[in-house]
Amino acid sequence: MSTALEQEPGVVAESSQRRLLKAVWELLKDRPSAVVGAAVLGLLVLLAIFAPLVAPHGIHDKIGEPFGSPSSYGPLGLDDGGTDVLSLLIWGARISLTVGFAASLVAILIGGTVGILAGYFGGATDSTLMRITDYFLAIPDVPLMIVVAAIWGPSLSHIVLVIGLLLWTSTARIVRAQVKSVRERVYVKRARALGAGSGRIIFRHVLPQVAPLLVANTVLTIAVAIFDETALAFLGLSDPSKISWGKMIRNATDSAAISAGAWWAIVPPGVCVAFVILACTLIGQAMEDALNPRLRVAHLAARGFRLRPRMLGDDL
Amino acid sequence: MTDTVLQVEDLVVRYPVQRGIVATLRRQRKQQVHAVEGVSFSLERGQMLALVGESGCGKTTTAQAILRLIDADHGAIRLEGRDISAVPHSELRPLRRRVQIIYQDPYESLDPRFRVRDAVEEPLKIHKIGDSSQARRSLVTGALERVGLTPPDLFLDRYPHELSGGQRQRVAIAAALVLEPELLVADEPVSMLDVSVRAGVLSLLDQLRREGLTILMITHDLSTAAHFADRIAVMYLGRVVEEGPAKDVVRNPQHPYTKALMSVVPRPDPRERKRREILKGETPNPIEVPSGCRFHPRCPVAQDVCATDDPELRAAKAAATPEHRSACLFT
Amino acid sequence: MNSPVLRVDDLHVWFDLPHGQELHAVQGVSLELAAGERFGLVGESGCGKTTTILALMGLLPSSASVSGAVELDGYDLLADGEESMRPHRWKDIAMVFQGAMNALNPVQTVGAQVVEPMAFHGIADGDEAKVRAGELLEMVGIGADRADRYPHEFSGGMRQRAAIAMALACEPKVLLADEPTTALDVMVQAQILELLTGLSEDLGLTLVFVTHDIPVIAELCDRAAVMYAGEIVEEGPVDALYHEPLHPYTRLLFGAIPDPLGEKDVISIPGAPPRLDREIVGCPFNPRCDVAFERCVDQRPKLLQLGDRRRAACHRNDPASEAAS
Repeated sequence: MSTALEQEPGVVAESSQRRLLKAVWELLKDRPSAVVGAAVLGLLVLLAIFAPLVAPHGIHDKIGEPFGSPSSYGPLGLDDGGTDVLSLLIWGARISLTVGFAASLVAILIGGTVGILAGYFGGATDSTLMRITDYFLAIPDVPLMIVVAAIWGPSLSHIVLVIGLLLWTSTARIVRAQVKSVRERVYVKRARALGAGSGRIIFRHVLPQVAPLLVANTVLTIAVAIFDETALAFLGLSDPSKISWGKMIRNATDSAAISAGAWWAIVPPGVCVAFVILACTLIGQAMEDALNPRLRVAHLAARGFRLRPRMLGDDL
Repeated sequence: MTDTVLQVEDLVVRYPVQRGIVATLRRQRKQQVHAVEGVSFSLERGQMLALVGESGCGKTTTAQAILRLIDADHGAIRLEGRDISAVPHSELRPLRRRVQIIYQDPYESLDPRFRVRDAVEEPLKIHKIGDSSQARRSLVTGALERVGLTPPDLFLDRYPHELSGGQRQRVAIAAALVLEPELLVADEPVSMLDVSVRAGVLSLLDQLRREGLTILMITHDLSTAAHFADRIAVMYLGRVVEEGPAKDVVRNPQHPYTKALMSVVPRPDPRERKRREILKGETPNPIEVPSGCRFHPRCPVAQDVCATDDPELRAAKAAATPEHRSACLFT
Repeated sequence: MNSPVLRVDDLHVWFDLPHGQELHAVQGVSLELAAGERFGLVGESGCGKTTTILALMGLLPSSASVSGAVELDGYDLLADGEESMRPHRWKDIAMVFQGAMNALNPVQTVGAQVVEPMAFHGIADGDEAKVRAGELLEMVGIGADRADRYPHEFSGGMRQRAAIAMALACEPKVLLADEPTTALDVMVQAQILELLTGLSEDLGLTLVFVTHDIPVIAELCDRAAVMYAGEIVEEGPVDALYHEPLHPYTRLLFGAIPDPLGEKDVISIPGAPPRLDREIVGCPFNPRCDVAFERCVDQRPKLLQLGDRRRAACHRNDPASEAAS
């Protein structure tokens, strides 16, 4: 008995690119906060990339008196060395964002691997890896970063590693939980019954399923990484030759900008850090919200149907 | 000469029960779930056997042991004469090709990110069958045609969410058939499907059986089993309590449990409403299995001896054929 | 039929979809139920049967809009939406949900959960409510001494009984049951069906039983309606539906059910139901029907009264069109 399958109200298969674009559009349309976040982050990234073209001055150009107030040649004022704060901000974005992205990449690689291995293999692997994760989770981040950065010496790559090595724990836990649930899906069991090995199942079935979660988590991690970099640079543990936002704040406080009344040397880099963190959080939360259907159940359960007038005169 | 594809002999599967901290501290006895306790049956080529029973009777565990997804504690599972119950895990892959499974829920058993072509091709890639993508492609199209998804071009590029439940189950069957297995285990193949498409999927299985595929169907539905299986084995608490030709088992049930089940299976014809023999309570949990005949505490015709003597599965006196066996002291 | 307890008149339910589209899930359902009647609502997934009874309880999300009348003893529950519904929900019309046995609150005792609706509707309080809860549990076959147990200490069948006791807490006139036996084993299903039959007879309860499992309806109900694509396509006594169906869908659907002792081959119905987010032109069953003719393509058949107790929506029953074909 063959079924007339052709009569099915078929959906025409769309190309995967169009599908992706559509999904992104759907995601953004209902979440204006994500659009704002993406715009802010995008703008800062563009400024950082095109710093040589955009920045009005170099980072070592002395264009006026120390702590010169905002004026036409320096719209955000000058710092303790008479350098343009706006130019410093733009150049500093390069370092701050690079460290943020690189450190969160390190964190995601470690956290993703640990989470997938622990979640997929379970048992002793799981308990061992999760015990290690617990230790890392219990360590107070900033003090350890200070100690490690102090021992390894101030260098940008050290900063990236230190931050990355301490930020992977939450990723590992979230990924592990998701992998545990994916592993129990029937199609994963089926793949195992078919004879597929663990590597194949992880890369073909599990990873694609947790990838969106990893991306959302990366965005949230970037915010934390940039904050940590700022803190370390402020404490003088970053590469002294590189200007980042944290370094700007440190320089300004070192040279008593506050008592000199030069608020413009401190506030702009602080605001930039705040903006990046806010932008990442907005994007990350929108993605989590879109990925996690459980967060949306609340308003489905609410009663509150609407009434429509009865349709009359249905006699044709 | 008979051509036995699968022979299960005295299969036993037990799971340890997880104890809580309190229980461990109190040094309570470690308990075990007696999921399968001595199940034996055999399956000839081109036959469909239905393992029927209520939840917790051990039918799914039996199937998983046959697929080597869990390890048996005791007994033999012979696939074409060779005992596969002790094959080490590292040598399982060639075996997996010969025994395939389709699952209950077609909405869950296909990876939502895989197009139909990928889902059916994956088994070929795993087992390195087909030298070129063209060769694999023609195997995939062939399998889709065999399960009635014609023309295959219409379905190759669809995602599971673009298919109806019946179509998904057909894709799952195609992905199993593409490896040309000797044995297909169908775990509740239609219970998640709409009534109007069930018969289509079951007829497909029936047709594949007639083409020589051996099928072990796991189901809770006696009506489906009666219509599509050659033989039925009724399970209760880890044991087969009755086994025989499908029609004989439903028309002339021997074991009191099967009799009770048949009396409560609702019939579609309202004129067939009848006096039902509703057993009290529910199947006891398989941790503390009753002594003697495991059905005796709920059995309407139990006698004292049933509490002590454990009956074996043997030819029933009142049955039409000697193949119709029942595990009751009084049949 | 003497005056109906529950009268549903031209009930429609729409759900909002993205991009301003709508899903017309229930398309003009009308029903009359007498006191003490056991009525079945059957259909396949997506036919609107569950949405229909959720609308009778006013339990629809904010994405839904509803029109029509749901009269309970002549009082229109839908007149002012949620406002007119709330005082009667659970008190006069109650429901056993799909998978109810898994929906009990795990951290509250079963007894407390039976007491809760009584307190809410001001029917009984304190010790009096506890005594009544005990009686209700006895009535569904759970010893009153087990009222202080938690749901996880009960088996699936017992939890389903507890869910029924909860639905009966305020002595409703109408009990709606959505697939109450679907996840249960056949023996436990038989126990629950026996319980529901007994309750409807002893309490004069009107029972609406929603399921895709036709044999269960044949076993339990006096009358049933078959739903397809959001509307009732046929309604009548279950015996007549099985033996003399007046709608081809009913005939094919019953033909798809295996009878354990029957000889007839079971059939499958080709094709799939129409999408409900588009307007349906002609008879919704037309593309899958084996006896369709020209008129079915562009004219939607109405649910016609045929004889004393039967209704069907098929052009084949209209003498005028039969002559034309």
